[in-house]
Amino acid sequence: MEHLLQLFVYLPLLAFFISLFIDGKKEKPLANIAIISISFHALILLAITTLWISDNCTTIDYKHLILYKSEKFEFFINFYFDKTTAFFALVGALVSLSVTIFSKFYMHRDEGYKRFFNTLLFFYLGYNFVIFSGNFETLFIGWEILGITSFLLISFYRDRYLPVKNGLKVISLYRLGDVCLIVAMWMAHHIFHKNITFHELQTAGFLTDLLIEHPVYIQTMCLLIVVAVSIKSAQMPFSSWLARAMEGPTVSSAIFYGSLSVHLGIFLLIRSSPLWESNVIIKILIVTIGLFTSIIASSIASVQSSVKTQIAYSSITQIGIMFIEVALGFHLLVLIHFAGNAFLRTYQLLVSPSVLGYLIHDMVFTHIPKQHASDNSVLTKFKNTIFLLNIREWNIDMYLYKLLWNPFKWIGKSFNFLDKIASLTLVSLLYFIGIINLFSTNFIPESIVILLDIFYAILAFVFIVKAFTERNNAIRAWLYIITSQLLIALAISMNEHIDFMHIAMYLSGILGAAIVGLICLLKIKAIDNDISLNYFHGYAHEKKGLAAIFLLCCLALLGFPFTPTFIGIDLLFTYIHTHETILIISIALGFILIEIAVLRIYARLFLGQHKKAYHPIAYRSS
Amino acid sequence: MENAKFDEHHILHELKHYLPSQTPLKDFIHHNSLHAFQNLKFYDAIFKASKIFGYQATLQLDEFRKLYQTGRINDAILDRIIIERKGILNLQKWKHFVLNEQYDDSTTPRIGLLRSEWKSKYKISLDNLVQPLLFRVLASYLDQGISMWEFPLDKNGFLATIKALEKHSYSSLFKTNRAKKLLFENPSITNLLEIIVGDEKYYNQYLFDQQFSHRGWSGMVATVEEKPDTLFDTRIISLNDLIIFELLLEIDALNDKLGKKWNPITHAINQQPLDLFAEVLTTELHDVLKIFQDAFEWSYYDVVLSGIQINNKINKSKISTKSFQAIFCIDERECSIRRNVETADSNCETLGCPGFFGVEFYFQPQGAKFYDKLCPAPVTPNYLIKELNVEREHLHEALYTRKAHTFLAGYVSTFLLGFWSAVRLLQHLFKPKMSPAIANAFSHMHKEATLTIENKNVDDIENGLQIGFTIDEMSIRVENLLKGIGLIKEFAPIIYVVGHGSSSANNPHHGAHDCGACSGRPGSVNARVFAHMANHPKVREQLSKNGIYIPETTQFIGALHDTAADQIEYYDESILNDSNKIAHQKNSLSFEYALDLNAKERSRRFSSINTKQDIKKVRKAILDRSVSLFEPRPELGHGTNTLCIVGERKITKGLFLDRRAFLNSYNYKTDLNGDLLIGVMRPLGPVCGGINLEYYFSRVDNQKLGAGTKLPHNVMGLFGVANSSDGDLRPGLPWQMIEVHDPVRLLIIVEHFPEIVLKTIQSSPEMYEWFINEWVHVAAIHPETNEIFYFKDGAFNLYQPFENNISTKDIHALIEDAKEMETNNIVHATQENLPVYLHK
Repeated sequence: MEHLLQLFVYLPLLAFFISLFIDGKKEKPLANIAIISISFHALILLAITTLWISDNCTTIDYKHLILYKSEKFEFFINFYFDKTTAFFALVGALVSLSVTIFSKFYMHRDEGYKRFFNTLLFFYLGYNFVIFSGNFETLFIGWEILGITSFLLISFYRDRYLPVKNGLKVISLYRLGDVCLIVAMWMAHHIFHKNITFHELQTAGFLTDLLIEHPVYIQTMCLLIVVAVSIKSAQMPFSSWLARAMEGPTVSSAIFYGSLSVHLGIFLLIRSSPLWESNVIIKILIVTIGLFTSIIASSIASVQSSVKTQIAYSSITQIGIMFIEVALGFHLLVLIHFAGNAFLRTYQLLVSPSVLGYLIHDMVFTHIPKQHASDNSVLTKFKNTIFLLNIREWNIDMYLYKLLWNPFKWIGKSFNFLDKIASLTLVSLLYFIGIINLFSTNFIPESIVILLDIFYAILAFVFIVKAFTERNNAIRAWLYIITSQLLIALAISMNEHIDFMHIAMYLSGILGAAIVGLICLLKIKAIDNDISLNYFHGYAHEKKGLAAIFLLCCLALLGFPFTPTFIGIDLLFTYIHTHETILIISIALGFILIEIAVLRIYARLFLGQHKKAYHPIAYRSS
Repeated sequence: MENAKFDEHHILHELKHYLPSQTPLKDFIHHNSLHAFQNLKFYDAIFKASKIFGYQATLQLDEFRKLYQTGRINDAILDRIIIERKGILNLQKWKHFVLNEQYDDSTTPRIGLLRSEWKSKYKISLDNLVQPLLFRVLASYLDQGISMWEFPLDKNGFLATIKALEKHSYSSLFKTNRAKKLLFENPSITNLLEIIVGDEKYYNQYLFDQQFSHRGWSGMVATVEEKPDTLFDTRIISLNDLIIFELLLEIDALNDKLGKKWNPITHAINQQPLDLFAEVLTTELHDVLKIFQDAFEWSYYDVVLSGIQINNKINKSKISTKSFQAIFCIDERECSIRRNVETADSNCETLGCPGFFGVEFYFQPQGAKFYDKLCPAPVTPNYLIKELNVEREHLHEALYTRKAHTFLAGYVSTFLLGFWSAVRLLQHLFKPKMSPAIANAFSHMHKEATLTIENKNVDDIENGLQIGFTIDEMSIRVENLLKGIGLIKEFAPIIYVVGHGSSSANNPHHGAHDCGACSGRPGSVNARVFAHMANHPKVREQLSKNGIYIPETTQFIGALHDTAADQIEYYDESILNDSNKIAHQKNSLSFEYALDLNAKERSRRFSSINTKQDIKKVRKAILDRSVSLFEPRPELGHGTNTLCIVGERKITKGLFLDRRAFLNSYNYKTDLNGDLLIGVMRPLGPVCGGINLEYYFSRVDNQKLGAGTKLPHNVMGLFGVANSSDGDLRPGLPWQMIEVHDPVRLLIIVEHFPEIVLKTIQSSPEMYEWFINEWVHVAAIHPETNEIFYFKDGAFNLYQPFENNISTKDIHALIEDAKEMETNNIVHATQENLPVYLHK
């Protein structure tokens, strides 16, 4: 039976690939592939769940595929099936199936019909990767897929300004969560000295010694996971993105932000619970986040004057309560709560356009004109204060923005001198020295080498920040990114006697993508010599193919799980030791910014309002 | 627009004039999207609006060229138009321009240039900094019932409310003290512009830039200011308030970003103040587009005119005994049901008039706290009709409760309602049926209710409205209507008065599908009221004094046709006498069959329905569509409307007009001097022209003048839709409604002597403006010679159609052979807009 688990990711993967090759005008096959594959998926799921129940609900753990193996490192895909998986899978299948059938008609003749179903299947693949995963690595594959599909669905109406802006905003936050997970995984490697599975975590006694041995590491790891799940589930202080994510077609908002995607934080929290169950501080933290979020979010929900944002905040409220439930160990309760919330919010979002007619009709018969009573009591004053804060969503968005991104902008600006030819030559020279040193060891004294790798890592980070803050020239930003990748590779190579295969693996995806991406950018530049990143160009309108190729390059450059770079990133991290704080921080921060920088180039050039107004262009504000 | 002197009052007036005037969605009233430019000739107006605001004014050049290549723009007509406009000598030159010349057809609007300097000079996007909060505050203030915690209102209006909030709280909407302090100094717009803009010469331009960066919200505020009653829960707000608040937010944002010291924008720029409304020079491209637009229009009109001419020559046998008569709304969607009713019973006669049937009043459903206006939007009725003696079951749907959004009740509902919602969702998907959350045309008035139609005592007045009509008032209305449609003799035993409405699910724009002549509501009450009046013995007595003798055996019956579900409901059937009861049973079978045919005809446009399957299945599929939550096109509304024909049914009977014609019955013989014609034609501009032009502009620029695709729409405050949480309101029509529409102007065809029609359209300047400025076309069919006269530049001239061979088709075959459209590009989407055929 355990072998069957792999079907849950292969089936959506297969459906996704097939759907890529269907003509965009052929709506029926496009929708039917999705409907049939998800139905089939649901049937297998039912069968397996029945078997699993008849087997006394014994947890299934299945090591599926070893993607890479060396003496000290093993990267493998692991599948897992227990109560939590069963709940998430069943709810996921039912919601996805309903929404897919709904979309078949709802999306009829939408310009992005094919794009929608492709992305939906890709999302479903990612979702299943996450919930059937048996280790952090497998989960992370799904997690990444969800991030990028979120971006694609939020900016689904890519010719308008707000969807693209909000898509970037959400993916930026997601990325922060992803990197928290990467670092948590890196820590796990060093704590457990292997690729740990969820099954092992569950095993009684497995953690006891380790918790005593590495209390700080495990606590830090848990903290990182809590940040990651808070972002994914839109908890405070990361809540405001959820309301901004309601940009795509109603159906995609329903499946993503109403139900499945936002609850994955809960999923990971349950999965990682053995790590923090005995840690009072983490438990208090989770309860506090949950409580704080549910109170504030329900208060914000009460002043929302648009249907979808109201649903977003009420969903956040319930997820906050689920955080508390998980922290208190009520796992079954939380799973039922999740199912109820997912169904309810999906439904509410799908019927959200009906609210106008329904409530207006209601008003005709029940409306009572309000009395304007003005009193200046302290209570009123207090109420007004809360009201205003709710309207402003407690200003969280603004503070978060300032806190998260302003420092990087400042760093980027401070390193403007790197643009000069002289500085670039110096960097190249330094790089060259580094390379020579790699091939002829002991060329540079050991004491300097130790500093050099940190120097390269910081320099790599600076280049990423520069790419992140570059506003005038997309090609320059792209080159900065490539430079930084080379520097990261070098920094890690300096760090230890490294297997060159690993470096090759890391760079293999990157270099190809870098070159193809560069060609795309040059082609765009050739159109009218304008590749500024100051505004949106919307070239996807006239260069659909180029836009798709460039997006693939971006994903490859980011180590998306279809290139060897994905494993490469994981491998590189294993070379970094736990005490190399500066190195890990600079590389981790770099990983956050690189995705944002890369996707921003894509978004600015290919998405947004098309700059040539020979066809109807939406207002910026619409 | 004067730039030199700044006059607040004047600029507010100007802004309101140009902002969209769409009311809250519950009262959807079609109107010309560019009503502000109606004092200009059509082409001058659209190109001017395009230059100022960046609207796409016609189809794109390459779309026109594709339409030419596919033959939808007729080559001969194109030549004729070029010759008319440019002279025969220039035919080849201009034909080359039209078909092959390369033009830069992108628009560079004048609006927005000044305010964008904040971005270019200071790297500050005021839109990003100000709009999200501004929109949220406006939405919360105007909100009609989405939020659970209502805005703490002050009775003195928007700014007073903001002030009260700022005063009585420990928090603020502003980030800096400066803006807050300014607020309490009661600044005028001028005071604030001095701070932000500096130079008075630029004030007008700045305000236009600012307000048109979110025309949806500004338009809504201006509309609510003008008509506060358009919201149930009324609000006091003015454009002045909005501008002051927005300017304060701008000052706040600038202070926050630039520190305490910054200079007004005009201190930093080189550009000269721009007169947004300065003349727009006509370019060669404009001429090319005009030629194409004319050619596109005439490629269709020509076939229509020739079809009518040919059809008129065919001798039709007169119906000896009429089985029944049915008066429908002039709505072009009823064009097909009339044809189908006539097919179902060849002895019946159908007529058309605006669907409020000449009776204007407010309607109060039993238990309702508000009145519904049931007449064309510009009319203000003095009458009230109340619904009495029914138990209105007020149905609720638990899943729509706002409590599900709270903390504790929300917690309980996720468990209780959560799993129920999964069941409901599956029901909706696999067995769609009517529910309380679906707009139901038939629920507007209860079938069994009593209506206060007759006024018993002239002192019966409620809120300044007389309850019911007196006998005299009824008689005048019935007489006017009957005379207007030429129904003054040969009455059938039963005369159906059929209003229309539309049921649809999950559709914030459902009001746009209801009857336009009833202010966007179903016409059931009007139909029933008119039937009651016409049946009234005392009314009949009065009518006979004026020469209209309605036999005692003739009875009027009100009814409602649901144009989305293709269902019909009759009212007061119990009054029928015995023989009419039997006749009605037979007639209702004819109506049923006609509805089957109509459903089938409509299904041609819906790719999810197989037109060739059993007709009852098609009918069921059409019904399901109107109650399916997942169906963004319950019907296609007024899409494809192009014609308005004023005359006897015989001139259109036998012609297949593909649901594209408003049909108004009128008999010139009873009105040789055209006295009645004025009343008949007066509403055609605002109602039919308004619908037509709203569809035109939403079609050619669905992004700026339409509402875009409805799939991402988010309902704001129960009065409008926006695309996202921080977005502008989207007035206009969504893409799904205009997809099959050919953007061509309305052609009104009147059967009368050209000189009478001329006199009629010139009878009032408001009416004449529609025609002389070419916002609608008008042609007259000479009743005696069958010649066609087309109105241009103030005179009717003889028009000789090109096409003189109209083929005869079997409609069933035609409908079944329809091809599914390949894409929704204009070339594919409208290729099923069929030309005129004769049918048997």
